[in-house]
Amino acid sequence: MNQDVVIVGGGIVGCAIADRLARAGVAVCLVERDVLGGAATAASMGHLVVLDDDPAELTLSSYSCALWRELAPLLPDNADYRTTGTLWIARDAAEMAEAERKRTRLAAAGVNGELLTAQQLAACEPALAPNLAGGLRVAADAVVYPPVVAAWLARRAVAAGARLRCGVAVSAIGDGEVVLDDGSRLRARHIVVANGCSVPELLSGAPVRRRKGHLLITTRLQPQVRHQLVELGYVQSAHGEASESVAFNVQPRPTGQLLLGSTREFDAPAGSVTPRLIARLVERAVEFLPGLAGRTALRAWTGFRPTTPDHRPLIGPWPLRAGVWLAGGHEGLGVTTALGTAELLAAQLLDLPLPFDAAPYAPGRFTSAVASHVH
Amino acid sequence: MRELSTEILVVGAGPAGIAAAVSAERAGARALLVDMQAEPGGQIWRGQWNNATDRAARRWLTALRGSPVATRYGLRLVDFAAPGLAVFDGADGPLRVRCERLIVAAGARERLLPFPGWTLPGVFGAGGLQVLVKNGWPVAGQRIVVAGSGPLLLAAAATLRKAGAQVLCIAEQTGAADLARFAAGLAPHPGKWLQAAALRGRLAGVAYRCNAWVERAEGTERLESVRLRAGRSVERIACDALAVGFGLVPNTEIAQLLGCELRDGAVVVDVHQHSSVAGIYCAGEICGIGGVDQALAQGEVAGRAAAGSGERPRALRRDCARSARFAQTLRRHFALRDELRELATADTVLCRCENVRYADAAACRSQRDARLQTRLGMGHCQARICGAAGEFLFGWTAATPRPPLAPAPLTCFTEPTSDPEPPAQESA
Repeated sequence: MNQDVVIVGGGIVGCAIADRLARAGVAVCLVERDVLGGAATAASMGHLVVLDDDPAELTLSSYSCALWRELAPLLPDNADYRTTGTLWIARDAAEMAEAERKRTRLAAAGVNGELLTAQQLAACEPALAPNLAGGLRVAADAVVYPPVVAAWLARRAVAAGARLRCGVAVSAIGDGEVVLDDGSRLRARHIVVANGCSVPELLSGAPVRRRKGHLLITTRLQPQVRHQLVELGYVQSAHGEASESVAFNVQPRPTGQLLLGSTREFDAPAGSVTPRLIARLVERAVEFLPGLAGRTALRAWTGFRPTTPDHRPLIGPWPLRAGVWLAGGHEGLGVTTALGTAELLAAQLLDLPLPFDAAPYAPGRFTSAVASHVH
Repeated sequence: MRELSTEILVVGAGPAGIAAAVSAERAGARALLVDMQAEPGGQIWRGQWNNATDRAARRWLTALRGSPVATRYGLRLVDFAAPGLAVFDGADGPLRVRCERLIVAAGARERLLPFPGWTLPGVFGAGGLQVLVKNGWPVAGQRIVVAGSGPLLLAAAATLRKAGAQVLCIAEQTGAADLARFAAGLAPHPGKWLQAAALRGRLAGVAYRCNAWVERAEGTERLESVRLRAGRSVERIACDALAVGFGLVPNTEIAQLLGCELRDGAVVVDVHQHSSVAGIYCAGEICGIGGVDQALAQGEVAGRAAAGSGERPRALRRDCARSARFAQTLRRHFALRDELRELATADTVLCRCENVRYADAAACRSQRDARLQTRLGMGHCQARICGAAGEFLFGWTAATPRPPLAPAPLTCFTEPTSDPEPPAQESA
């Protein structure tokens, strides 16, 4: 069967693209090898956050967060969208200075942040440790339950005419077609590869590397914190190249549960939870929230973030094969930037005006490295 | 954090664990036996520790008393901080146990299936109510229907009756022909015959109906009656409680977390009860439901093997073979009937922890899909109940368990801050 576009991967990015294109009248087929939102999307925290440490990231994440705010009233209840805001926490004067710089950078992109003194921070979140220096409150940030949103976007795409194939994997990309693992083929003018950490399986040499993360969730209790709490040192953890790092990152769920993050590991084995990293994660969290020590852990899990060498996603045409597009490498920001990614990719694919400059995200920026890798 | 070390750690102090620990010591090894309950005995020998009325219980509990096996009760296994380093949680906080070899004897739990009204107050798991009554829950004078499947219904009914309840009937979903064949199959198991006969004796006058199952539990605030189907006829029975269970499900979570291979919902072991993972032995119901005799035989084999005494005496080999045949008979004749898959309606709750409706789960592709889209099995019990129900209802494969094995304080997951106490084998 022919369609205009085949999208490989039903994570939140693939579902957002399917939704965007289908509603533009494009004949879309979304192919997911297992269940919608089942891999990195399911493992993620669902923190919708504007990150500013790289101008391209700031553009994409602030644009995307605005799209989330537009979408929020339409989302079903079980998408658990909540405008919790983000509280960036400074431990000392140096981090407080960083909070001020962050506020300035965010303001330049039209994102409001409010600097908090130590007293204001304590009043804002009384459960935090008393020895902190202050913080930056970004009120418009939010949280969401990603797998439900992914499935909802896919359903909306189907309602707009998209086809959905779950339980079948794409085993190869040919010229104007994808080969499915049941031996059948789907022909399409365009193929969008959005299968997260599995991108290199289909596009040899794509510079996507897996970075493992651990999360832990508590049992239900009266809410202890109101904001998503993140230490300012998080960015060093996220964008550093350390083989292993841990940063304080806690999210209140609407259920009264607390979601505790976050760890980052390169070259870690698949699957299982590493007790040592859970220990580091918990110890870090207790430093900031001493009351956590009395809480009960319900479940811990791991997932893989798809990372690129410069920590920017790959959104746009894949330079080594005509008709193939890439939307991947979002690392820990795939849920936040899914909607903006869909807009940017759709604009390029449909030849519409770009919402912002696409060059920083162009997969072609790694082409020479890719070409040498392929040969 | 407190820390102990031992040569062989036995998790679960039911018949299999007791036999394993005692046999390991007899074979010259040091063993530590740990259980989450306050005393040994497991579910089947609950209450026997201080007043053993069952012959096998008396024999093994006496052996345990007289053995140098170290014991720790009231400790729940939470996770493994490393291979050979178990983390338990208890009233005195976390305890770490280092071991060279591990014997898992975690037993089984009841299979509960959803039907309209099954969440009403007054509806109990059959084994669950039996446990409550053994612990002193008053049922005297109450009208109770016992329903579901398997020989444990008889044991539950006997306990209820002894405690003064009026057992209105025992509804067994298995048909008469299978029951007759099961009874005939008991012939090579004189112990089982005696047990069954004794139970029937204690249940004299109680209607035992085969081909019968509860279709619906009814009541406004709490249970008032059940609708019982027997073949083509349907009958409403007014009652105060319903005790319902559909056989047992092996507690394989610990073994799964350690990577042991499973087949048909039970841990795969060799003739020495060794699992697919080096140094990990499994015994009893987690290797397949087979009752107390199988648990004792397998426990003995596991204990001896873990202690390095791999030879199995002839009598033990015979016990193993005989109990394995009984287990097979049990499986064959108490298979659950298809009609039980049709009882739940769209609004029947399937996952009680997260309040997930049957219809919302049924719309999903797999258990994983249902977990992500409806939160099925994501709550406090971690799919212990709805996981087994989903396997039966939808043919789903249950998700691999993730740590912690049970909800536990965050302090169980931090690294010990001070040097651990010098490893010491402690005695009971």
